[in-house]
Amino acid sequence: MATHFAALIIVIPLIAALFVPVIGWWKKGLCYPWVVAVLLVPLISSIGVLNRVIESGPFSYYLGGWAPPWGIEYAIDYLNAFVLVIISVISLIVSIYSKKSVEKEIPEKVVPFYTLFLLLVTGLLGIVVTGDLFNVFVFLEIASLSCYALIAIGRDGAPLATFRYIIMGTIGASFYLLGVGYLYIITGSLNMLDVARLLPELYHSRVVLTAGIFMIVGIGLKMALYPLHAWAPNAYADAPSTVSGLIAPLMTKVAAYMMIRVMFTVFKPVFFIEVIPVTSILTWMAAVAIIIGSIYAIAQTDLKKMLSYSVVAQIGYIALGIGLANKSGLTGAVLHILNEAFTKGCVFLVAGAIVYKMGACNINEFKDLYRKMPFTMSAFLIGAFSMVGIPPTCGFFSKIYLIMGAISADKWIFVAVLLFSSVLNVVYFFRVIQIATFETPMPDYGRDKAYEAVYMDEVPLSMLIPIQIMAAGILLSGIFSSKIISTVIQFVIPVGF
Amino acid sequence: MLEYIISKYNFWVYVILLLIGLYAMVGKKNLVKKLIGMNIFQSAVILFYVSIGVKKGGATVPIFLGNAHAAHGHGHAIIDVASYINPLPHVLMLTAIVVSIATTGVALAVLILIFRRYKTLELDEIMKIRKETGV
Repeated sequence: MATHFAALIIVIPLIAALFVPVIGWWKKGLCYPWVVAVLLVPLISSIGVLNRVIESGPFSYYLGGWAPPWGIEYAIDYLNAFVLVIISVISLIVSIYSKKSVEKEIPEKVVPFYTLFLLLVTGLLGIVVTGDLFNVFVFLEIASLSCYALIAIGRDGAPLATFRYIIMGTIGASFYLLGVGYLYIITGSLNMLDVARLLPELYHSRVVLTAGIFMIVGIGLKMALYPLHAWAPNAYADAPSTVSGLIAPLMTKVAAYMMIRVMFTVFKPVFFIEVIPVTSILTWMAAVAIIIGSIYAIAQTDLKKMLSYSVVAQIGYIALGIGLANKSGLTGAVLHILNEAFTKGCVFLVAGAIVYKMGACNINEFKDLYRKMPFTMSAFLIGAFSMVGIPPTCGFFSKIYLIMGAISADKWIFVAVLLFSSVLNVVYFFRVIQIATFETPMPDYGRDKAYEAVYMDEVPLSMLIPIQIMAAGILLSGIFSSKIISTVIQFVIPVGF
Repeated sequence: MLEYIISKYNFWVYVILLLIGLYAMVGKKNLVKKLIGMNIFQSAVILFYVSIGVKKGGATVPIFLGNAHAAHGHGHAIIDVASYINPLPHVLMLTAIVVSIATTGVALAVLILIFRRYKTLELDEIMKIRKETGV
């Protein structure tokens, strides 16, 4: 059993997804416990996989017993296993949260929702677990297709946002596929490790150059990296709350994982640093993404839209860490994937809770929210702290590593960008907190009317507990960040950094 | 120059199709035309893959004619790779075709939703409606 953990991560949710319509046809209410129970399997398996990697180093799993490079190989190393655990934890938490929110927002579409939910998680896990370039494309499209459908059932305007996402997402996936095609022409292999072994002698071939560029642009589109981000804010904001709670923390981060994989495993770091200077372009695009994303976030009055622009900004941090291409920078980028998963999960679930109670999430109507929903909003506060980078939240540590990376790369402008973006984050998060906390009538002794009574009106426990777990995750991953780095992330850094 | 183009004509065909598709996706205002552009774009990639499996010099489709044991590796008939075209890209494209059809299906469903909501599929008219309703 334990030897097949790597395959179980994919197979169980995929098969279980097919059973959801059957179960839903029999009893609609059983879909939810089924999905939660099924998502425990990837969680246990991915923790088992991470354990094995920590104990005995990276290993391979041959799907169906076919040896690479002919068969599909699941090559598990520290980076894979780490991201797998993140995905399975977040998706389990969101699935627990989903019950009340889905019943209220999309009551007639519960069964398709849970089917697509499982397929989306399968796709995301598959992208990460596989060691085959074409297999990545297949899982990428499984994830994207279920993601399109999930976004389209959202609030008014969602179909248009989805259509835009379909167009952009397809361009991204096709570019990635073209890149893989060129790599196949020149190496005759699709296995990542095999391609990585064959490529270094061919680095000065124009075919390899084309392949590299196509793949990076394609992944950049999927990653919503500025200036290829146009689809992201509307798609994330208009999706049903549970869906934005799942895709905002995971979708773009999985693409960021793909970028690390392509840049540092399939191609050796030397290719993108010296042969073509992609990394330096990436850092500049990331810097612009951070600033522009934050400024757009300030301009929004809708909480979910504000958070979506914040996703664009935060993807910039990860891209900056990748682009700096040194030890601290990449450590910061990988830690920021963890941080973003918990932080964005937390704040988007809070936004979902607010939508659940108020029907919308216009920031200007947040008056007295801290008194109505004290537990939810305190989780939001922790998320905001992490976004700004206040210790001991994880955001502080990932940012400090990114800043150290920028310093050791001697690029002081990015240090300034990172610090300035913290200030911008303060502006847009503390505006929400200010309205929700302090916008109460000051004691006015000369007035006639009685105070308006504000009663506590919390969301149900099945929504509150996942939010609190996310908030706890932000704090714990911050407190234990040095342990996470010393046991996992330091082994992610490729040789030569 | 002409010879150079002709010798690599499969790449030229795919690049031209790719650009037509890209133009339709970016430049057209009608959402259905955008979708058709997307289809052309995906077909270009599929044609590209199919064309790279071809080998020159009379290679044919890889139909196995020898005895069954050879397929398992302990027969005596050694297959000459040069006389068969590479089937792997074609097999990969079966998956890609399925993906592209699924994408088209989802996109068409989304277009129906858009049409029900706005009663039009012209992007600029939709934008006008959205601006008027203040969304």
